[in-house]
Amino acid sequence: MTTLDSGVDSLADVTSSEDRLRRFLLGLPGVDQVGAEARAATLSTRSIKTTAKSYALDLAISMIDLTTLEGQDTPGKVRALCAKAKRPDPADPTAPQVAAVCVYPDLVATAKHELKGSGINVASVATAFPSGRSSLAIKIQDTKDAVASGADEVDMVIDRGAFLSGRYGLVFDEIAAIREAAGDAHLKVILETGELVTYDNVRRASWLAMLAGADFIKTSTGKVSPAATLPVTLVMLEAVRDYHEATGLHIGVKPAGGIRTAKDAIKYLVTVNETAGPDWLDPELFRFGASSLLNDLLMQRTKLATGYYPGPDYFTLD
Amino acid sequence: MSRFEYAPAPESRAIVDIKSSYGLFINGQFTDAGDGKPFKTVSPASEEVLAEVSEAGPADVDKAVRAARKAFDKVWGPMAGRDRAKYLFRIARLIQERARELAVLESLDNGKPIRESRDVDIPLVAAHFFYYAGWADKLEYAGVGDDPQPWGVAGQVIPWNFPMLMLAWKIAPALAAGNTVVLKPAETTPLTALAFAEICQQADLPPGVVNIVTGAGRTGQALVEHPDVNKVAFTGSTAVGRAIAKSVAGTDKAVTLELGGKAANIVFEDAPIDQTIEGIVNGIFFNQGHVCCAGSRLLVQESVYDEVLARLKRRMATLRVGDPLDKNTDIGAINSAAQLAKIRELSQIGEDEGAERWSPECELPANGFWFPPTVFTGVSQAHRIAREEIFGPVLSVLTFRTPAEAVEKANNTPFGLSAGIWTDKGSRILWMANQLRAGVVWANTFNRFDPTSPFGGYKESGYGREGGRHGLEAYLAH
Repeated sequence: MTTLDSGVDSLADVTSSEDRLRRFLLGLPGVDQVGAEARAATLSTRSIKTTAKSYALDLAISMIDLTTLEGQDTPGKVRALCAKAKRPDPADPTAPQVAAVCVYPDLVATAKHELKGSGINVASVATAFPSGRSSLAIKIQDTKDAVASGADEVDMVIDRGAFLSGRYGLVFDEIAAIREAAGDAHLKVILETGELVTYDNVRRASWLAMLAGADFIKTSTGKVSPAATLPVTLVMLEAVRDYHEATGLHIGVKPAGGIRTAKDAIKYLVTVNETAGPDWLDPELFRFGASSLLNDLLMQRTKLATGYYPGPDYFTLD
Repeated sequence: MSRFEYAPAPESRAIVDIKSSYGLFINGQFTDAGDGKPFKTVSPASEEVLAEVSEAGPADVDKAVRAARKAFDKVWGPMAGRDRAKYLFRIARLIQERARELAVLESLDNGKPIRESRDVDIPLVAAHFFYYAGWADKLEYAGVGDDPQPWGVAGQVIPWNFPMLMLAWKIAPALAAGNTVVLKPAETTPLTALAFAEICQQADLPPGVVNIVTGAGRTGQALVEHPDVNKVAFTGSTAVGRAIAKSVAGTDKAVTLELGGKAANIVFEDAPIDQTIEGIVNGIFFNQGHVCCAGSRLLVQESVYDEVLARLKRRMATLRVGDPLDKNTDIGAINSAAQLAKIRELSQIGEDEGAERWSPECELPANGFWFPPTVFTGVSQAHRIAREEIFGPVLSVLTFRTPAEAVEKANNTPFGLSAGIWTDKGSRILWMANQLRAGVVWANTFNRFDPTSPFGGYKESGYGREGGRHGLEAYLAH
């Protein structure tokens, strides 16, 4: 496998038939589980303090897709979340805005209205999220609904059943169809790595999504455990780095679910920095799918500025 | 700040209390001074003098050996194994309690990054004492006969690359088997051994069971040649090992030698590529390459050579070289001016012989002894840098086409301490491991150590094994 010397042309070639796509994906170099986890553990021991920490906290806040994906979501809840997105810390206007607010399609219009003029994107999950188990026609319509309501970003799920049974062509075609239906919206492809289980699968699914036109690859829906882990994100970052070497294109990465503390977020930033490189330390190319992470980042930020930890009630719930 | 640059994160030195001068540790006490000329130990990262250390002359060595003999005859030899175990467990726990202090002291004296002394060296030191403590009352099950007996007094000489870990490799099995020891740490890194002497006092270890004599080659020679030493254990250079083998030849001393290496790290085209790059980096840049089993010869299958090289260079550019006490440092200081000179000389020879040298851009501190991570390409078996141990962060890259050729090249060396295989194919790992003349063969990993796993070499890499059940055997007469 020589990802480094295959250019855009030869990559277009690998998607020309199901058989070629399959051979390409199965020909990707393997991922050694022990080695990948050991590397992630080493990156976790980087010590980020003082100026570096201050920079990292603000960067992490600016990368958050502030998310609510509950059946009980209401316009009121979304409005509250949007207010928080615009001004995460009412007591400190220097705290940066988050990158986007992520909601179900029927709440996109509400969010869009609330965030007007703020520069904050509205992201919407679509394609029969979170299971993805419906017909392509419905997934396309779901996507079109979200975009028509004003979504700037669409988070789609892949058909894990098709992927695990080796029908890579089907997964590819579906992503490509959603890519088209999403129009100008940014497309994030959720791999649901907790269901793919092996790192080899994660690497293959990453390449598959990128070849099919993903702007972002995302770990999880947040509805399946395990959600994002550092080693999985590491493998995905290696994939976008290699894809960039091969094509010159920058694809983003979004770990989602289970990242709750500033300490964890900083580990992810270190991993981005040392794997894909500093180019990826940008909300355009790296996002956190999280809701409870924000308050811990704000708390650590206040601690750095004032020297003491405020209590949790000093920050808004949403 | 507009970029994510890691701010310095130095570990505090306050936890370490270094005395201005140290005596020898004989019969449970620190003596005033040796009869040799005191010498200074410096921090290789700054050249700052850390302490003055005594040099043990032949009379001091004799005193230490006599103390060890008396302790062996009167206390330690007759003691039940389960009681020896109690002392070893106590030492292991004290090492854990003082882990941070020992890690800082090791990084100060040796120049290795605190990340390694904290996460690798000291935890392994404690693990060795725990492991051999468990053996002390089970010697008859070690597979060396019904009633194995200790040799008596062990004279042990250890190197500067893993000062505390090598001490543990030597002292833990020796004491578990019922021997008493006189240990000489390397002259550039004596401080953790002296801290260990304090730990022996704290553990109420009977006087004379462990004796530490500091000094250089002359002290080591006096110890090895002392007529009342029953067992000699040495880790260090092949040249000194050869001299020791000569000096003990014809005596009834038992001897084990752990000497140099020039390990082949073999990468096949189907290797898990990103983990392989990590393994190559860990194989040669761990502890600045001051590792006898370092993967200093990279053998890459020609079909993936370009890709491996490109990825390796990209990864090397992210290595952080600098202050060993900074928690974010990946590569610390070269241990001594002499070692730095040797690395420079051999690297120059590599260039002169036509190999291509590459290092990432990295700023090295003004003071202290530093060498950037370096890779040589276009190296062939005939180059000196492919044959001689450099003992520094210098990697030579060679290529091969078939598994048989890889084996041939890997074995075509006077050494045989370790080797690494990188492939997704399990059957090839087993086939290769059987062909390679190396004491340790790692598969899809490198430089992993564990107290339960024996370690030792073929050919000029020495003889005998340390670690595991085999490591006990070296300290038992049977």
